[in-house]
Amino acid sequence: MRPFLALLRRDLGLAFRHGAETLLGAIFFTLALSLFPLGVGASADILARIGAGVIWVLALFAVLLTLERLYQSDYEDGSLELMVLAPVPLELLVFAKCLAHWLTSGLLLVAMSPLLALLMALPAEAYWVLPAALLLGTPTLTLIGSIGAALLVGSRRGSALTALLVLPLYIPVLIFGVSAVDGYLMGLGGGAQMGILGAMLLFAMALAPPATAAALRVALE
Amino acid sequence: MHGYANPLRFQRIADAVLPWVAVALLVLTPIGLYQALVLAPPDYQQGEAARIMYVHVPAAWLATFTYALIAIASVVALVWRHPLAEVAARAAAPVGAAFTAIALVTGSVWGKPMWGTWWVWDARLTSVLILFFLYLGYIALHDAFEDPARGARAASILALVGAVNLPIIKFSVDWWNTLHQPSSILRLDGPTIAPSMLWPLLTMVVVFKLYLVLVLILRMRGQLAQRQIHNLRARGAAGAGV
Amino acid sequence: MTLFEARGLACQRAGRLVFEQLEFALEAGDALLLRGPNGSGKSSLLRLLAGLLRPAAGVLRWQGRPFAAQDPEHRARLHFVGHLDAGKANLTVRENLAFLAGLAGLARLRESALERFDLAELADLPVRYLSAGQKRRLALARLEVAPRPLWLLDEPAVGLDATNRRRLERLIAAHLAAGGLCIVATHGDVSLSGALVLDFGEAVA
Repeated sequence: MRPFLALLRRDLGLAFRHGAETLLGAIFFTLALSLFPLGVGASADILARIGAGVIWVLALFAVLLTLERLYQSDYEDGSLELMVLAPVPLELLVFAKCLAHWLTSGLLLVAMSPLLALLMALPAEAYWVLPAALLLGTPTLTLIGSIGAALLVGSRRGSALTALLVLPLYIPVLIFGVSAVDGYLMGLGGGAQMGILGAMLLFAMALAPPATAAALRVALE
Repeated sequence: MHGYANPLRFQRIADAVLPWVAVALLVLTPIGLYQALVLAPPDYQQGEAARIMYVHVPAAWLATFTYALIAIASVVALVWRHPLAEVAARAAAPVGAAFTAIALVTGSVWGKPMWGTWWVWDARLTSVLILFFLYLGYIALHDAFEDPARGARAASILALVGAVNLPIIKFSVDWWNTLHQPSSILRLDGPTIAPSMLWPLLTMVVVFKLYLVLVLILRMRGQLAQRQIHNLRARGAAGAGV
Repeated sequence: MTLFEARGLACQRAGRLVFEQLEFALEAGDALLLRGPNGSGKSSLLRLLAGLLRPAAGVLRWQGRPFAAQDPEHRARLHFVGHLDAGKANLTVRENLAFLAGLAGLARLRESALERFDLAELADLPVRYLSAGQKRRLALARLEVAPRPLWLLDEPAVGLDATNRRRLERLIAAHLAAGGLCIVATHGDVSLSGALVLDFGEAVA
């Protein structure tokens, strides 16, 4: 457990010291959202109808934006070698990296989402439904994104390719995330969709660490 | 060790199989097209437009079939490190992407008279579109590194991750929207399609499969030659000293 | 008694054979110097012994038992110092070493790790202010963070001044005297008395 905590503490410390960079995803999230009223008109009923979808799509992009550095800087300075050579399963260290990433990206989006719900004129129920759905969905985005980031370590074609690899795999989270929120807002309930989001999180927790670890080992060969 | 395995055996098998596949393809293609475009009756609802089916359905089948092929080859490449598996997967990817594109375009052309619009966001078209992006990602990742071996290994992992996720994507897209006609060939109670349309369709499926095998062999040969050139150059650079 | 041996090792990279039929047998306290020009396979051998690369052929044995270099058990007995110093630019020297101690499963950092390469004065400085030689000392300090029997060092003295080269040689000598093993790739800037030598001179076919 100690190596796990050491890596978690190191990455959180680094994220804290790179404050502006860490907040970039959250700033993008808000800025991009404010473009929608300018684009589609500020009428409250249009905004409310597309609100859940827009916020989820932007959450996808915001997480995507912060993925590129997840393993690349460790690769460049050599700490990735240390992690691969540490006498603990690499999967465990990958999990620590993902947890640190989520705490400094996804969790921020969760915390900000009620504000965005307000900006998109969503009904009051969205103030708890939206964060709840994002709380279940954003860790999955980090975990799946971790695979894409690891596969591209050392490649010079950065972010556009990350998007091409990762976004198709994000689609299920988007579909059930939006549907859960809309379900509650339309009074139909979204418990089933929340359950599916949770199931996808468990699945990603099982799939992503071994796939990421395999990709990182390939990167160091 | 596979590290020393040379592709001579593949070359021998390929040389033996290739003429047969080519002849079968040359014979069956005109037969299939004649059946599909002339012999088969027009659909009583959809008219002559339904003939697109004879291209659309085999292309869509092979689009998923080829992805499954790539995924299986990737498992072989990652677990047993067989170099030929990576070559096969890389050779199949653009063919699969092309089949997917054909399925999308023919689906769209078919959709125009059926639905009155070129594109509808129904579940199947959307899934196939996502499959197309998975293919593009696979190909792009394969070529994203200077060391071709690195790209091949990374792409193998991606192919597996994609294959594991495909059912989930398919399930979620189906759940999201179903507007397409229900599947009418693969059903437990037997096909609901008339035999006069089924036979041309099956012929066309065989034609497409043969085409896949033919192109796969040709492309694998090309890739192997390319690898040999790469290796010779790497050796040449190493031989030239520091 | 042989502690660590390699039999018939072959390494293939990017389709070319880097070396084959490579053998060595080391007893406790032995050092092995790898010599040869760039690209002759010294780094590849070290990365292979660390488990970062897979051998195309051959066996590794520890105390007579064959093992795969990827085993976590093997990782727990080696230190690898490669070309990269692995210091995080925005963490201090002490934080970097404390992270390494944590990664090795240790509760705290031994102060001797800072003292060995005279890093105590730099302890609270972020690594980005360090010179190349100081960063190298930080990378080498990991040898002192956790005790491990097998040291794999790839050009460890690059960027070091004479004083610190002597320090490194003394550290290796003490490690060997205590029954450790050390495999060093070098251009000749590290001298170890009584070391076995593996020459990669014209190894490339």
